[in-house]
Amino acid sequence: MSERITTDDVAKVAKLARLRLRPDELTRFTEQLDAVLDHAEDLQTLDLDDLEPLAHPAELSNVLRADRVGALLDRDEVLASAPQAENGRYRVPPVLGEAP
Amino acid sequence: MTAGDAISIAASVRSGERSATDVLEEHLARIAEREPELHAFNLLTEEHARAAATAVDERVASGDDPGPLAGVPVAIKDNICTRGVATTCSSRILEGWKPPYDATVVERLAAAGAVMVGKTNLDEFAMGSSTENSAFGPTRNPVDPTRVPGGSSGGSAAAVAAGFAPVSLGSDTGGSIRQPAALCGVVGVKPTYGTVSRLGLVAFGSSLDQVGPFAATVADAALVSEVIGGHDPGDSTSIAAGFPDVSSRLGDGVAGLRVGVVTELTGEGTTPDVAARVRAAADALADAGATVEEISLPSVRYGLSAYYLVATAEASSNLARYDGVRYGLRVEAPTTGEMMELTRTEGFGDEVKRRIMLGTYALSAGYYDAFYNKALKVRRLLRNEFDAAYRSVDVLVSPTSPTTAFPLGARSDDPMTMYLSDVCTIVSNLVGHPAMSVPYGEGDNDMPVGVQLMAPALGEPTMFRVAAELERSLR
Repeated sequence: MSERITTDDVAKVAKLARLRLRPDELTRFTEQLDAVLDHAEDLQTLDLDDLEPLAHPAELSNVLRADRVGALLDRDEVLASAPQAENGRYRVPPVLGEAP
Repeated sequence: MTAGDAISIAASVRSGERSATDVLEEHLARIAEREPELHAFNLLTEEHARAAATAVDERVASGDDPGPLAGVPVAIKDNICTRGVATTCSSRILEGWKPPYDATVVERLAAAGAVMVGKTNLDEFAMGSSTENSAFGPTRNPVDPTRVPGGSSGGSAAAVAAGFAPVSLGSDTGGSIRQPAALCGVVGVKPTYGTVSRLGLVAFGSSLDQVGPFAATVADAALVSEVIGGHDPGDSTSIAAGFPDVSSRLGDGVAGLRVGVVTELTGEGTTPDVAARVRAAADALADAGATVEEISLPSVRYGLSAYYLVATAEASSNLARYDGVRYGLRVEAPTTGEMMELTRTEGFGDEVKRRIMLGTYALSAGYYDAFYNKALKVRRLLRNEFDAAYRSVDVLVSPTSPTTAFPLGARSDDPMTMYLSDVCTIVSNLVGHPAMSVPYGEGDNDMPVGVQLMAPALGEPTMFRVAAELERSLR
């Protein structure tokens, strides 16, 4: 194993992505991601200095619509799919501090 | 027995010769027979379909024209939003979610008289090449049920191949329409980026995703592309040009067209049976009057690495919205932070987790320039190479997939081998060009082989002409 990415790296990335990994998953995902990054090493051989990055095929910028009120989604219909809603809003557990 | 293609069905329903209800019941009977074995669908919408078919019949009876797809059953990939009808992306994380709106493509199909019969299975969030990464179990290939249908739109490909619906919709981020089309022996199209609305397509890689059709015939694929295509003010990446007219050009032939066979995609890595069918297709085009030459695109081999960095980077951002707050699954916990972490941990499957982590890594401080930005420069390099190639040829030809359909389980433990399934298709998504897969006979084990046609942006009229010629050459 070439160790392009370590279990510490993967643990950090998982935390950033809000995923919890068991120890066996951490080992397995590290090996699998290492294999993909190993393949991606081929890009390091290319001379790309003179090329502009292409982030999007259409290369659009600032597509604006007319400032008019249009049809909106029905609030109750949208909230009906939420795990918890109350008084027209999403309900979540406490965000800061201890649980009540 | 009457013709089963969408154009024939619509013609007979519009003329009153057949009812949409009879057409629907024929298809539902076929579904009842083979669906338990194949599992093409996550959800069958019979009640909705019967009501829609009755409405089409009533319009015909009252002298109205229900549209160019009157009474045509369609199957919709389950990552395309359908109002009030569960849309799961084959993920547990969207459990119980019913979209409050229809995707633009779904609205346009309904407005053309089509009848939705169900939502089709896919690799979770369209991440995969075999439809084995579904929270609801794999789809099987109708040609040989011990083999995968390809993916990620495997359910939509299988639905057409099994005759469950003459046409279906899929989405293609790196080959997810074309590769399953090839493996199931049907036509599959990834249109030019921006010609078909993404409003209501659940986002995976926003700069790569396009909706497109599966069909048994090139003409049906052309018609459905025209129906779903065209500018949509609700999608800010929808281009003003709309979708080109392709149907009227299908009979034009290929005399004088210049066809390039891509050297790098037909050599090493392609199995001999697939390579032989691609050569046969090139020969058929030459016989029909096209000029055929080999053409080299030296950087296509870097496409795979660039793709898996760009697509996962975009996915890691797009999938941040599944946090247990607004829709789908929530795993209860004392704080919102823990609730989000537990919900995502339980709601996503392994492949989705792998890609979210790879994308997060590629975008993270210290690695952005080494990975993500480098991948975007390769994307520019590829675009430049394709632009140069299209100065000397009109269309490019390659295999769609380097192999025919593989057995279930054969690649599921090794993500990198699975990713190599997409080597021929991903470049079109990176550069935003149209491409399609046309069935061209069988390889080993009598499994279908697909030939891929690629064209420059908005080159669909020429691409479909070539596809129609390939189809004719097999008759």
